[in-house]
Amino acid sequence: MTSLSREDVAHVARLARLALSDEELDRYTDQLRAVLDHARDLEAFDLESTVPTAHPFAAAAYLREDVVVEGLDRDEVLSQAPAVEDDRFCVPQIIGDAP
Amino acid sequence: MTTAIELADSVRRGETTATALTAEALAAIAAGNGTLNAFLHVDTEGALAAAGSVDRAVANGEDPGLLAGVPIALKDNLCTRGVPTTAASRILEGWRPPYTATVVDRLVGAGAIPVGKTNLDEFAMGSSTENSAFGPTRNPHDHARVPGGSSGGSAAAVASGMVPIGLGSDTGGSIRQPAALCGVVGVKPTYGMVSRYGLIAFASSLDQIGPLTRTVADAAVCLEVIAGHDPRDSTSLDEPAPSLVASLHDGVEGRTVALVRELVDGSAADVEASVNASAAALRDAGATVIEISIPELRLGLSAYYLIAPAEASSNLARYDGVRYGLRVDAADLTMMNVATRTTGFGDEVKRRIMLGTYALSAGYYDAYYGRAQRVRTLLSRAFADAYGRADLLLGATAPTTAFELGAKTTDPMAMYLSDVFTIPSNLSGDPAITVPFGSGADGLPLGVQLLGPARSERLIFAAAQVLEEGAPR
Repeated sequence: MTSLSREDVAHVARLARLALSDEELDRYTDQLRAVLDHARDLEAFDLESTVPTAHPFAAAAYLREDVVVEGLDRDEVLSQAPAVEDDRFCVPQIIGDAP
Repeated sequence: MTTAIELADSVRRGETTATALTAEALAAIAAGNGTLNAFLHVDTEGALAAAGSVDRAVANGEDPGLLAGVPIALKDNLCTRGVPTTAASRILEGWRPPYTATVVDRLVGAGAIPVGKTNLDEFAMGSSTENSAFGPTRNPHDHARVPGGSSGGSAAAVASGMVPIGLGSDTGGSIRQPAALCGVVGVKPTYGMVSRYGLIAFASSLDQIGPLTRTVADAAVCLEVIAGHDPRDSTSLDEPAPSLVASLHDGVEGRTVALVRELVDGSAADVEASVNASAAALRDAGATVIEISIPELRLGLSAYYLIAPAEASSNLARYDGVRYGLRVDAADLTMMNVATRTTGFGDEVKRRIMLGTYALSAGYYDAYYGRAQRVRTLLSRAFADAYGRADLLLGATAPTTAFELGAKTTDPMAMYLSDVFTIPSNLSGDPAITVPFGSGADGLPLGVQLLGPARSERLIFAAAQVLEEGAPR
């Protein structure tokens, strides 16, 4: 494990779609480094032969009967969206020149 | 104070009405919430309507259910159709979910009356309820102190007598730690026993909903009502709810309980004394108490603070300003996503999203997330070994009594250490309960924790009942 840099935090913030001020970048770097330093205790164990656990119990996929059930009400769902057009979620323009 | 079971009995017998109990709870909230900030939203109209239908059922001679007329508080990360649900985050402020969590449907089906939504650390990330975007909750026993977290609002609502039952969610101790700090009972059921449908996801392989109550028996009734398979949650165990009340007084005669060093070491002297006294109470009731060490438990904290943020960073990607909640407009889609998330998420949520994104990112996945997942396996095996030697494990719930507001807000690592004794059960998926047991040197409540193997709720509740009866008055 290597030490977390300020650039790492800036990179991760970009990936996570978060904008950080310089002050936040400094503070988060120190705080995240403290957590990762604590996690060095995990290095003490030989884990080569140990399989990873993603989930507490081996989950089987349950299948339900293939029958029609009521879903969410479309109008109710759309009423909670920040912007709606023609019964669809509306987002800022993605492709081409802005109008 | 009257228990939920007694209240429901008196409603069923016609000695009081659901409407009267609901009005009482609403009055208690109106009187106390200005100070405690336990509730973020009070649903007066919905509560009185629900109470009315319970009273009509009683009048018509129909069975109004196990929890007839009992006012309940819901942690505000449980979705309630048409009723504001925020997860204590600006990013969901004003959101009215188009569906209701399964646990809420089941409680209402049993006659319970949801009176409102309780405060929490934003998205359940925290151990003090100070990370709420809507101000901290205060501990009813000392208003200068935190109630614990993240289910601090439900813990304070139950401890202050506003309602007899609160629901919380527990990802690393978020039911048990606030229950201990507020002097109430709190249960983290076996993973999958309670449906997570309608619980706003934090770390899906760890999250589990459970009750906070003033008595072990009330917790047993509540868990019976909310447990059992739900086809809408694919991780829900394919089995019926366990019956807990019938075996509540089975005692611990002939059982072996292991006091675990790692679940006590590092705690304050008064906490350790309380655990020792609880061990004596179990011994007096006929249990064999042994002392064991499970060194792997020391790794729980580090593994948890890689796994939970990793899952959170993925779960919280959905808050993008498109389908619900906050949108902060910007020139293009990506800039809108960034502006929305930067404005809508609080400090701790951002910290965990970044930590998780880092732990999952190219080049670091094996060193952090992969290693933590392997440690999770080690820890589960170590628990399984321990259950070869003992029926139940005993330890402290939290290292100290309730700490002062602001004491740990600038040092995330110090805050994370509040969960050191509760985290292991979430990693293994096994159940655990905290029961009030005496008070600390400062006069504040203390809780002790009982842990058992998966699906051992009956055993845990019977032992918890022994502790409740043997607790210092």
